[in-house]
Amino acid sequence: MTGFADAVARAAAAGRLVVQPRMGMASPLEMRAGLLAVRDADASTVGTLTVDSYTRVGDHRAALAALHDGARLNGYPIVSHHPETTQAVLDGLTGFPVQVRHGSADPRAIFGALAAAGLDATEGGPVSYCLPYSRKPLRDSVEHWSEACENFSGHLETFGGCMMGQLCPPSLLVALSVLEAVFFRFHGVESVSLSYAQQTNADQDAEAIRALRVLAGRFLSDVDWHVVVYAYMGVFPRTPAGARLLNDNAARLAVRAGAERLIVKTVAEAHRIPTVDENVAALESAAEAAAQAAPEESFVDTGVLAEATALVEAVLELPGDPGTALLAAFRRGLLDVPYCLHPDNAGHARSHIDDTGRLRWSSVGAMPIPRSSVDRSGPAPDSAGLLAALHRVAHLHDARTR
Amino acid sequence: MNNLVLLSGTASDSHTWNLVYLQLLLEEAGHRVINLGACVPPVLLADECEAEQPDLVVLSTVNGHGYQDGPRALAELRGRPGLAAVPVVIGGKLGTGGPEPAQADALRAAGFAEVFDDDTAIARFREFITAHALCRTAGTAS
Repeated sequence: MTGFADAVARAAAAGRLVVQPRMGMASPLEMRAGLLAVRDADASTVGTLTVDSYTRVGDHRAALAALHDGARLNGYPIVSHHPETTQAVLDGLTGFPVQVRHGSADPRAIFGALAAAGLDATEGGPVSYCLPYSRKPLRDSVEHWSEACENFSGHLETFGGCMMGQLCPPSLLVALSVLEAVFFRFHGVESVSLSYAQQTNADQDAEAIRALRVLAGRFLSDVDWHVVVYAYMGVFPRTPAGARLLNDNAARLAVRAGAERLIVKTVAEAHRIPTVDENVAALESAAEAAAQAAPEESFVDTGVLAEATALVEAVLELPGDPGTALLAAFRRGLLDVPYCLHPDNAGHARSHIDDTGRLRWSSVGAMPIPRSSVDRSGPAPDSAGLLAALHRVAHLHDARTR
Repeated sequence: MNNLVLLSGTASDSHTWNLVYLQLLLEEAGHRVINLGACVPPVLLADECEAEQPDLVVLSTVNGHGYQDGPRALAELRGRPGLAAVPVVIGGKLGTGGPEPAQADALRAAGFAEVFDDDTAIARFREFITAHALCRTAGTAS
């Protein structure tokens, strides 16, 4: 186990949910101050070092120029800072694990830089950091991620449980998270976490996280793994009270469904990048909500596990290694992310939110999902309906706290 | 006239929900839409426009770099054969600090037919595409 995974396992054994922010500053001093504040928060925390968007797209020259000119960057340029600088940022933080978050379809330089600085945890995936955010061919992303994983000896978290942030039915999120973890393991990674992003209905989310655990137990039995929940990744409530409620509900969900770690969202989410204080407040609020929640043993089965299992099996039955199988699956539409415009996504699947607030398939394209799972009674897929669906969670949480 | 609209994000912007929404809006108004998606460099945009010869080009961006990325895309497009006159509009969150009227005027001066960058953006865009469709129909009739 890595330092990062070990810390999560110790907290889980003590019955505590690990909470983690999203946080990245260009200045080494500010970055260090942020990490210290997270460490000292009244919660079981791990730290985050988020890279800037120039580093994300591999434009390290622009990141370096920005550092020289004192221009503002929206994260810590880990490739452009000297390894000794990053070591100084982390100096004395022994026993406080820090994960690097980046969003890159070509993470090779970032993986190299974090290892050189003595860090052992990061995240992403060949599908989840390619299809939603880049034009890079999926084939290239798979190649880059294969190489990055082969040379990596730390803990790696899938981002596949988030695809597009919202409106992706849970079975596909679960399947993609499992498939990216299987891809990591094939390329030699021995410690992984599987992500799932909070969606529109707590019961459906709890069922999905249980399904994720079942499939991880089945397909990843020979590596160390845990589950991480992301607080809602779509359009966020605008009021502080609404934002806090949604974040706290994510913590309750994580505990209820047996997840070990939560990545929080702050009251600033709908407006701007959060301050360190706002992040600490979100961590402490989530920890308090988690402490008052309890795991649930039973849950209603509406078919998420069956759908996710069918998707994972259909992909892994394809010839070749997991990367080759993922490429073939997207080419044939066996995996098809709703509303994803990337040229390598088939683009025939559609989803909607039903009257009970659950995410449902409107159409599944060529995915091996039974027709009985398709809800044809949903609203017409028009522009007004899409806008309403995108803002539904935000409106509900803002309204509930007025 | 087939009312073909080419819809695209800008080079530095990875957001796509705005593009998904606008495609539906345009289709509901009777347009055919080619949606190029996110992170479209000027050369790719111009290549696609040259190949498809759309009746209208719509650039949408929400990452705050629109005032800079818009003119670069337009300049590349205007340099291509057959694209000197095609109307090009831009909208979204074009600056990092909210709408900037002077910057919007600069975009119009650079050759954008219309700029939709404030609270009235969607309402004005609906009016624009309705008028655009009517204008096209009238053109066909005469």
